[in-house]
Amino acid sequence: MGKYIIKRLLLAIPTLIGVIIGAFLIMHLIPGDPVEVMLFGTSPTPEQVAEMRATLGLDQPLFRQFTTYMWGVLRGDLGESIQRHAPVAAEIAQRLVPTLQLTFAGMGIAIVFGFSMGIIAALRPNSWIDNVAMGAANLAVAIPAFWLGILLILLFALNLGWFPVTGQGGGKRLVLPALSLGIGYSAIIARLMRANLIQVLEKEYILTARSKGLIERVVLFRHALKNALIPVITMIGLQFGNMMASAVVIETLFARMGIGRLLVLAILQRDYPLIQGIILVFGIIYIISNLIIDVLYSLVDPRIHYA
Amino acid sequence: MIFKSMTKNRVDELATSKSRGWKGVGESFARFSQSRPALVSACVLLLLLIIAVFGPTLAPHDPIKIGTGARLQPPSRTFLFGTDQFGRDVLSRVLYGTRLTLQASIIAVVVAAGIGIPLGLIAGYAGKWTDAVISRFIDILLSFPGILLALIVVAILGTGLTRVQIAVGVSLIPAYARLVRGSVLSAKENVYVEAARAGGCSAFRIATRHILPNIFVPLLVLSTTAVGWAIIIATSINFIGLGVQPPTPEWGADLGAARSYLGVAWWPGTFPGLAILVTILAINLLGDGLQNALDPRLKHRMIMEK
Repeated sequence: MGKYIIKRLLLAIPTLIGVIIGAFLIMHLIPGDPVEVMLFGTSPTPEQVAEMRATLGLDQPLFRQFTTYMWGVLRGDLGESIQRHAPVAAEIAQRLVPTLQLTFAGMGIAIVFGFSMGIIAALRPNSWIDNVAMGAANLAVAIPAFWLGILLILLFALNLGWFPVTGQGGGKRLVLPALSLGIGYSAIIARLMRANLIQVLEKEYILTARSKGLIERVVLFRHALKNALIPVITMIGLQFGNMMASAVVIETLFARMGIGRLLVLAILQRDYPLIQGIILVFGIIYIISNLIIDVLYSLVDPRIHYA
Repeated sequence: MIFKSMTKNRVDELATSKSRGWKGVGESFARFSQSRPALVSACVLLLLLIIAVFGPTLAPHDPIKIGTGARLQPPSRTFLFGTDQFGRDVLSRVLYGTRLTLQASIIAVVVAAGIGIPLGLIAGYAGKWTDAVISRFIDILLSFPGILLALIVVAILGTGLTRVQIAVGVSLIPAYARLVRGSVLSAKENVYVEAARAGGCSAFRIATRHILPNIFVPLLVLSTTAVGWAIIIATSINFIGLGVQPPTPEWGADLGAARSYLGVAWWPGTFPGLAILVTILAINLLGDGLQNALDPRLKHRMIMEK
């Protein structure tokens, strides 16, 4: 087991290097001179241009620039934001918590809704309750998260006044953003849960469990659900990165200052060091979440070989 | 809203599906026409296409002219969907937006196919190191959130309608490349490819004349789904304000603008969203129907996953 984890960690290194190269290249792929793009509209003097080029290290040879960038990343130094005149790492660290809060809350909602809908539907396949649940799932997959958010604001914030329209932080302010983010993903979980549970319930060991007189609740929770869970866990893990990326949209709608909103502002202000830093952080979180899924997966399913 | 519901597994399933060549098209069509949700969604999409083409003639008012009516008028007989914060007719903007949204997503899909298909052909056909490098790269990109890829491209190229179309297209390249590569690998084993090679056909000719026509159906299914993703990603980018500039009528951008007036008017924040929902729903159901028609072996699974 320990060996497997170490191997997975080593395998993540090339991906990490790929992500760092990707983030580094963003500034070099800009059509035209990045310094002029970033100073656009300020009619800079040649001295200002030269000074900025030197601060960003753009006057160095490309390979030298990359090694400097890589060394900085390894020490946690992501450069300095052009618009905010503050270290990128500090800006991101400050904004990471609201985004993680939102992502985990959305994930919680997706899991609770998805599991209950999927299980209820699977227990009576093709009944009216199954049809209603899966119809709702079809709708939930197709509804854009930002529009769902608008509808939730109209109903629960403006009409009923139960929750605030916008806001930073947790508690009541987190409910509507988390619902807008989570509902679409709950539909994927519900569909997958239903499909797997139906298949498992047809298996012979379920028949055995029933015929030895176990009550239905034990058959469902101890025997069936455990086996149906494995693909669902993989799916949940894979969706974590997607949910975090969706925060870009939800944070804009609810005016939450997370890294998603920060990314949008950085793109609007053409603040490239900040953009590079945020993409890098997204990439690292994506690598870590994949790593956690793989380890969790091997814990849940003992049949998986650690080869 | 799901930014990337097409997982590696579903792409791979398409790559190994049974319906191949033009014969497969006929059989698939026969199966497709028996599915009611698929037929209904095909009709809805046809209607949307008609609106996209004739939107300007159908629209009762000018979508851009400020002060067509009073500001933020609720839906009435003159303004069926009400007016927005500039007194513009919301219905006319939704109708004009249909063209822009569909056009943008189709352009994005063409960009994705134009780069992804050759990339997949090269990887699948060249094999060895070329394949290893391209495939690894594609797999990493495929599991990276689509909207993030698109935002990276927007960050590099800058904001605006054309750039967003390119950005969305780039974010869809990995799915095409993986599908084509997988299909090439399974097609390579076929006798007709061996025969063509023995007959002295060049690799390029085999790829374009023999392999590509045979994966027409899976490509069609992928493209249907891809239009759906493209709409979601593009409207999201427009919603957060990195896409089209005002006063262009676009569903996502209009919803973004309506956000500030939700307290006084629900209609500008409702109807463009409804249009997106109907479009995506129709595309998803059509995609399910097509995939089902493409490969009846999947039918059992489709029922399970309905």
